[in-house]
Amino acid sequence: MMTEASLPARPTRPMTQRLSTVADMRPTDDFLERPQKVVATNVNFFYGSHQALYDVSLRMPQNCVTALIGPSGCGKSTFLRCLNRMNDMIEGTRVEGTILLDDVDIYRPKTDVVELRKRVGMVFQKSNPFPKSIYENVAYGPRVAGVKQREVLDGIVEQSLRRSALWEEVSDRLNESALRLSGGQQQRLCIARALATDPDVLLMDEPASALDPKSTARIEDLIFELKDTYTIVIVTHNMQQAARVSDQTAFFYEGHLVEAGATTDVFTKPRQKQTEEYITGRFG
Amino acid sequence: MSSLPRNGRPYAKLASQLFAYACAACAFSSVAILVLLLSQMLRFAWGWLDWQFITSFDSQLSPDKAGVRAALVGSIYLIALTTLFSVPIGVGSAIYLEEYAQRSRWRGIVQTNIANLAGVPSIVYGILGLGLFVRGMQMGAGVLAGALTLTLVVLPIVILASQEALRAVPSTIRQASYALGATRWQTVWHQLLPAALPGIMTGVILALSRALGEAAPLVAIGAAGFVMFTPRGINDSFTALPLQIYNWTENANDDFRIHVAAAGIIVLMVMLICLNATAVFLRYRFGKRIHW
Repeated sequence: MMTEASLPARPTRPMTQRLSTVADMRPTDDFLERPQKVVATNVNFFYGSHQALYDVSLRMPQNCVTALIGPSGCGKSTFLRCLNRMNDMIEGTRVEGTILLDDVDIYRPKTDVVELRKRVGMVFQKSNPFPKSIYENVAYGPRVAGVKQREVLDGIVEQSLRRSALWEEVSDRLNESALRLSGGQQQRLCIARALATDPDVLLMDEPASALDPKSTARIEDLIFELKDTYTIVIVTHNMQQAARVSDQTAFFYEGHLVEAGATTDVFTKPRQKQTEEYITGRFG
Repeated sequence: MSSLPRNGRPYAKLASQLFAYACAACAFSSVAILVLLLSQMLRFAWGWLDWQFITSFDSQLSPDKAGVRAALVGSIYLIALTTLFSVPIGVGSAIYLEEYAQRSRWRGIVQTNIANLAGVPSIVYGILGLGLFVRGMQMGAGVLAGALTLTLVVLPIVILASQEALRAVPSTIRQASYALGATRWQTVWHQLLPAALPGIMTGVILALSRALGEAAPLVAIGAAGFVMFTPRGINDSFTALPLQIYNWTENANDDFRIHVAAAGIIVLMVMLICLNATAVFLRYRFGKRIHW
């Protein structure tokens, strides 16, 4: 089996150099002027009687990477899961406030949740491929959306796997079980699977937290490439990762959005004391 | 840690060892009983169990001419029909309870009832079958009424086993499917059922083994003990292996009571072993494709 280590490095992307420091980051000043893809306003979220989010308002501009950071239990994952209404699956939950996707409230009663989730893809913390072949994993989204022609599916599968930088490693064994891939490959497969439904927004819930540094670097590299096409929201525990991959950073603490802004600003001159203490590692 | 007494419990190790032996004795005793039972039956059936026994109908007077044909065919009909009824209803109920029903008082009531129904003695289902199918729906004591009654007996087991199998599918699979824009039905059909299939099939087959061995409900609905034909339609009267065996053991003639009955028991046991082997095979075959 081909391992990630044996792969030829892509010469044009000296990733470690380019993404290594905050100071190297591309200009981010303009990102708030870009069209707002997702706009959350005064979002309150309840698990039964327990309130998990308090009045969270955050704009997520198009083709930007927004990183949600904060200590465990701060509500960042809950907020992420509000954006594609995955919290609906948990009984006894309630959402207040509005979340606009392209200026339409995703919580209005008319929303087709199935349609929403095709537009807002999600990658989970622990890679969760279906116990099926690599091909069937990627083809699942288009299939449930009604795509039947084999040639069309073949095209989507190849394109998605190429975008998630997995194609070269798996093109000759698409019919093998996805569960035989390495952890890093499985996570990129899950990204490919999410891309196959052609979403506008990609939500990532600590996509690299279970991976080794090399696989993590590949995922980060991938996020950087994908933001040209998608709007990305990523939850991460890893401050360096947030600094490396995101344009905007939002710091959550105990259900409140403490501070949000350009990543460079949040990391170099945080406005709130809590933010500073968290990013410098004094708690969390 | 230093405050822990040395040699505080000098017999702990010995007790642990004795406990292990006791457990092993329990485990082996069940095997021993089975071996004893089987060898005894084989000894009684020796010389009586032959091809003629399989292909002949029962005989009123001569043990040499008696056979299990009617009972064997009757049992096969029963099992086939019971499968046909219990699998769709049972798996459907399980899917509803696990994947659709909200956690509510109503669902709690249904769930508790199913668990209780699994413990109801089969004779009670037999009486229900007699009242509902044989008399109420005017079916008579035919194959259909028998299969429906057995369906009542095994349905709770099928539902519980299927629920268990669905619950064992990791929730990450559900989440991944829903996150890709799949509907509930698509998630059930494409992800959950395939993953739960080995567990469901194992449960179904174990339930069917139980149905195969049931005599009481069939007695209750009034199925015949002596039948000289195989059923030609679903409302024809019939007999089944456990019923036929019971009938033989009631016979005054020792040859019937001991040898013919033992031969019938061997036939029933072979069918049961075949069913269980199928369960093991299917579990292995379908389980192999899924590695979490």
